[in-house]
Amino acid sequence: MTVRKNQATLSADEKRRFVNALLELKRSGRYDTFVTTHNAFIMSDTDNGDRVGHRSPSFLPWHRRFLIQFEEALRSVDPAVTLPYWDWTADRTSRSSLWAPDFLGGTGRARDGQVTDGPFARGGNRWTINVRVDGRDYLRRDLGAGGRQLPTRAEVESALAMETYDTAPWNSASDGFRNHLEGWRGVNLHNRVHVWVGGQMGTGASPNDPVFWLHHAFVDKLWADWQARHPRSTYLPAAGTANVVDLGDTMRPWNDVTPADMLDHTRHYTFDTAA
Amino acid sequence: MSSITRRRALGVAAGAAGAAAGLAAAGSATAAAPRATAPEAEPAPASFDEVYQGRRIKGGPSHGGDHHGGHHGGGYSVTIDGRELHVMRNADGTWISVINHYEPVATPRALARAAVRELQGAPLVPLTLA
Ligand SMILES: [Cu+2]
Ligand SMILES: [Cu+2]
Repeated sequence: MTVRKNQATLSADEKRRFVNALLELKRSGRYDTFVTTHNAFIMSDTDNGDRVGHRSPSFLPWHRRFLIQFEEALRSVDPAVTLPYWDWTADRTSRSSLWAPDFLGGTGRARDGQVTDGPFARGGNRWTINVRVDGRDYLRRDLGAGGRQLPTRAEVESALAMETYDTAPWNSASDGFRNHLEGWRGVNLHNRVHVWVGGQMGTGASPNDPVFWLHHAFVDKLWADWQARHPRSTYLPAAGTANVVDLGDTMRPWNDVTPADMLDHTRHYTFDTAA
Repeated sequence: MSSITRRRALGVAAGAAGAAAGLAAAGSATAAAPRATAPEAEPAPASFDEVYQGRRIKGGPSHGGDHHGGHHGGGYSVTIDGRELHVMRNADGTWISVINHYEPVATPRALARAAVRELQGAPLVPLTLA
């Protein structure tokens, strides 16, 4: 059984193997197909039209399926690797070991945002940004720019306390746990972390930064935590909702998996702490 | 189903119906509850055309024909130095772009300016697919 660990607890060897698997997926071109897939949904998910990956109830099951597929790709390179998660309520500064040169590398330089240390720096020539929205082909970050703060544990708790998974109109204006976690409303958890990292993470092509996977692995864990806390609450909507993925509807691009199929993460992996 | 076709239709309708629908929406604008109505039904924001930090930014109603950008902006398109900035309007009337995707701002002009700051001189490029 795959166990997803808090990135702060990884050994030097675990970090090295995770990084090497990322670099191999990048070298082979498989990594960029994930960026392309994600971008297609970012661009087409709209509040009043079809919406699958974002700003909709299926935000959580869609990304769960997406991460499982990515984790499988990593494990095809090195079966010992699993997706670590970044608890940004605990590791909340640019001085965290997450951003050290032996792991993801640090923030970008002022002149052009370029990340200059670690395995994904342009100088290493192993992490060209191919799927991009502007002319810059190097990894960029601007950690905590403008004095922005990552969400606190108390803010996470306020979202976890919500009993209802999601509500009409099932988009970025919805009340409920999903939209507060996604961040279009209220305390703003997931969206704010994208903005805090900055660079590609703030754009529609956010998976270009490997921290995307550690961020979403934690968002995914928060969904599991919420489920454990609210055993009588379930995914909504149940059926018959226009433009939205109901509990038993299949999700693009796979077309063979439903939110119902994704509700129990323990069929695929567990976390290193009790949910 | 094709959301693109439907969105285009809404975008076209927004130009003609915008003013009238805007008056209707004004009455409920102070309600605290989230709106389920299409943002396209609200009046389009003002056009703009200015140089900001050395970049020419333009925004205004888009007219049919542009097949790649614009339609998610509810019939409104934004360019930076003549290149389309993909924009999208949120249900609450705020805006995001492909450059600042996770941080909504109030107007397309603020969105274009935020993109210019983020680009640090780099050109927009049509999405390159792997
Ligand atoms: Cu996403
Ligand atoms: Cu995200």
